[in-house]
Amino acid sequence: MLGDNSMILGHRLSELCGHGPSLETDIALTNISLDLFGQVRHYFQYAAKIKGAETTEDNIAFLRLPNEYKNTLLVEQPNTDLAYVIARQFFYDVYHLLLLDQLINSTDKQIAAIATKSIKEVKYHTRFSSQWVKRLGDGTAESHEKMQTAIDYLYPYTADLFKETPLEVSLKEAGIGADLTKIKESWLTQVKSVLEEATITFPENPYGHVGGKEGVHSEHLGYILSDLQYMQRAYPNMTW
Amino acid sequence: MDMGVVRDIEVNGKEVLVKITPTYSGCPAMDMIAADIKIALDKEGYQTKVELILSPAWTTDWITENGRQKLEEYGIAAPLTESADKLALTGESKLVKCTNCGSNNTTMVSQFGSTACKALFKCIDCLEPFDYFKCLK
Repeated sequence: MLGDNSMILGHRLSELCGHGPSLETDIALTNISLDLFGQVRHYFQYAAKIKGAETTEDNIAFLRLPNEYKNTLLVEQPNTDLAYVIARQFFYDVYHLLLLDQLINSTDKQIAAIATKSIKEVKYHTRFSSQWVKRLGDGTAESHEKMQTAIDYLYPYTADLFKETPLEVSLKEAGIGADLTKIKESWLTQVKSVLEEATITFPENPYGHVGGKEGVHSEHLGYILSDLQYMQRAYPNMTW
Repeated sequence: MDMGVVRDIEVNGKEVLVKITPTYSGCPAMDMIAADIKIALDKEGYQTKVELILSPAWTTDWITENGRQKLEEYGIAAPLTESADKLALTGESKLVKCTNCGSNNTTMVSQFGSTACKALFKCIDCLEPFDYFKCLK
């Protein structure tokens, strides 16, 4: 799940390479994408090692079907405009940081090592996206409206981040995974405080989309994967 | 070595195991560094293996004094301490020294730079842009 989140969000951000609205945001978003891909490689190399046999990180990344990807619905949402990109990033970064903060103490040594490494990078991501939420929210009338629209639209997708699946419950009980209930509390506090500073109204929308972590995705994932897997599907086992 | 990327070396006769750690997770230079180490040691007649380790996680504190000096000579401002880094990156304090003229009158252009480990700065006095190595703890 964590690896798939980083992979799909990393891919979404990589779509902006050379298309960012300004040089600063273009470089920042692709840098964040690179960090996420680096983290994915650590997770997938570890997963491949556990699976053994013929499995490699590339098999895991490129040869699964959509329902085998367990990323949350939030990260697969499209780059509608900069406000959507920032809102998606902000919701995810705050969650990601809190999640890694718990995984640092995972009883699984390798997960703990990856979390300790990644959290340093994710701190920079969170700072970047929070600043942009404030800049757009508390900017011009137009940027404020766009930021509010994006926050309102994407908020229902954040429910998926906190919906505990049976797998997550068993990982939590084994001391490997994180406690999502605790994360949700801190997440709400932090998100509300940034939105308040950004003069954005917190969406009190009780409805939430869920299912991504169990392989039930929005239509967007299929398009992402057809892009992402094209090379391996067209030329099986090709390498650089 | 000066960057703190090489963590451990085990020599067993003609067999060498070199353990390296990435600066940032997505550092694309890691494969190149591993290949360079292997080529250099193989040339000396060793059988070399390079292993990537993640724990303990790399920090900018591991860059040696010599490494910092080499960074500066190359035109990359060396990382500050964590609290100073925060002030510098938010623009609250002018602490990053221009690698071209040495002035502290510098400003951040972009928090993210040409690679994952750097931020882009500009010197207000000599107007030259330069890289700053972001602090990682």
